[in-house]
Amino acid sequence: MPDHITLQVARYLPEKQTEPTFDEHEVPCPKDWVVLDGLNYIKDRIDGTLSYRWSCRMGICGSCGMTVNGEPKLTCATFMADYAPGPLRIEPLRNFPVVRDLIVDIGDFMRKLVSVKPFIVRRYEKPISEGEYLQTPEELDEYKQFSMCINCMLCYAACPIYGLDPKFIGPAAIALAQRYNLDNRDEGAAQRMDVLSEHAGIWGCTFVGECTKVCPKHVDPAGAIQRYKLTGALESMKAFFMPRGA
Amino acid sequence: MIKRDAEPLLWMLFSAGGVVSAMLLPALVFLFGVAFPLGWLTPPARDHMRTLLANPLVALVLIGLIVLSLFHWAHRFRHTLYDGLQIKHLEEVIATLCYGGAVIGSAAAVYLLWQAR
Amino acid sequence: MPEIPAYTDYHPRWLRRRVSTYWWLGKWSYFAFVLREGSCIFVAWFVVYLLLLIHRVLQGEAAYQAFLAWSARPSVLLLNIVSFVFLLYHTITFFDAAPRALVVHIGKTRVPEKLIGVSHYAAWLVASVVVIWLVMRP
Repeated sequence: MPDHITLQVARYLPEKQTEPTFDEHEVPCPKDWVVLDGLNYIKDRIDGTLSYRWSCRMGICGSCGMTVNGEPKLTCATFMADYAPGPLRIEPLRNFPVVRDLIVDIGDFMRKLVSVKPFIVRRYEKPISEGEYLQTPEELDEYKQFSMCINCMLCYAACPIYGLDPKFIGPAAIALAQRYNLDNRDEGAAQRMDVLSEHAGIWGCTFVGECTKVCPKHVDPAGAIQRYKLTGALESMKAFFMPRGA
Repeated sequence: MIKRDAEPLLWMLFSAGGVVSAMLLPALVFLFGVAFPLGWLTPPARDHMRTLLANPLVALVLIGLIVLSLFHWAHRFRHTLYDGLQIKHLEEVIATLCYGGAVIGSAAAVYLLWQAR
Repeated sequence: MPEIPAYTDYHPRWLRRRVSTYWWLGKWSYFAFVLREGSCIFVAWFVVYLLLLIHRVLQGEAAYQAFLAWSARPSVLLLNIVSFVFLLYHTITFFDAAPRALVVHIGKTRVPEKLIGVSHYAAWLVASVVVIWLVMRP
């Protein structure tokens, strides 16, 4: 078991460069170190100018997504020992504009997420005095998988459609819309449909399936999208044949 | 309110075409594309084929198969051109060629099978 | 510089990389995807082939025999063998995808995905047997 690994870390300093470059560093590689530990070692001891995002270091905040050897991964969940002796290439997440080094701008996703109304939408909220909304375990199972999304955007990095057309609303946004559409406490499916049924909504997806492959939380956004395509198409047929509502 | 858009309908045609072509075409390709030309099985007599085509149920299934398969191709090919060759700016031309081709093939199928009755 | 920073998409120093036209050669799964999409070309080819077959059958015995002979030519045969392989790939990938979209509930319970997939394959088997029987019976 080699005790060191070579990390090739992408650097991009917008004031000085127009193209990214790579710095090579040897970092220790104990068997329980993840890529994030390697990056922290570089920043603490070798080069403090390296910039990257991270927070919980346990796969729940979704901050540390980067491209590791060409694959979108959470750096807190990727063990360096699996790639020893390296070199292990770390680049910023694909399909997003790079602000600096390993940091990408996620504003596009944030706007799209807001546009699908990721919250329970009801016509009338029950007052607290009437108690909670009751939900059986079966009703929870309907949407539970889609609620696991941590907004890490690995799916956007993996999706070739999003790479080719940044207007595409993207896997996570649709999966999260489905999380609420399928929640029996929610009454906002019709409102979400406006956004989702655009050309850049679900109809941009051609079911490549990469999003599901890279998702660290097994959300299966591809399945959510295909399911919603059927729902959306049937709703369109209904709206066409019965425009005054059914 | 859903905006009036052809995309959901085209997707449903694509899906239906995918199912129908997946169910019926492999056996047909095997017979008419591989087994008969290679001599593994004897091809049916022309009279038998003619009687089959004259059967209204067979004709309807064939028309359904041809129409849906062509629209399946049109939709999938159109999207592949967008993603593969990145020529989305030609989207009107591509859409016309793809769905237009499907319409022409469908018309040919209806015409031929009407003649066969 | 405005006093309240307004974050907009226009930020010229951000590095925006263009996706290469050959993105689909980058990963095996991307390539498999493009092959799956490409199978539709063989669907269209075989539909054209079927239309030609129907046309020749209607024209008469000589035309039908000429068609059969033409279908045995190496170039046509090769194309059809390749089509057969691609059509099988289309069937398998489509039946893999269908249960993801077709979420059926009986009452409150959801029909398991595997069952939907298996019923597709069963229907395929039945349809193929019917087709072969219809064509081959004397």
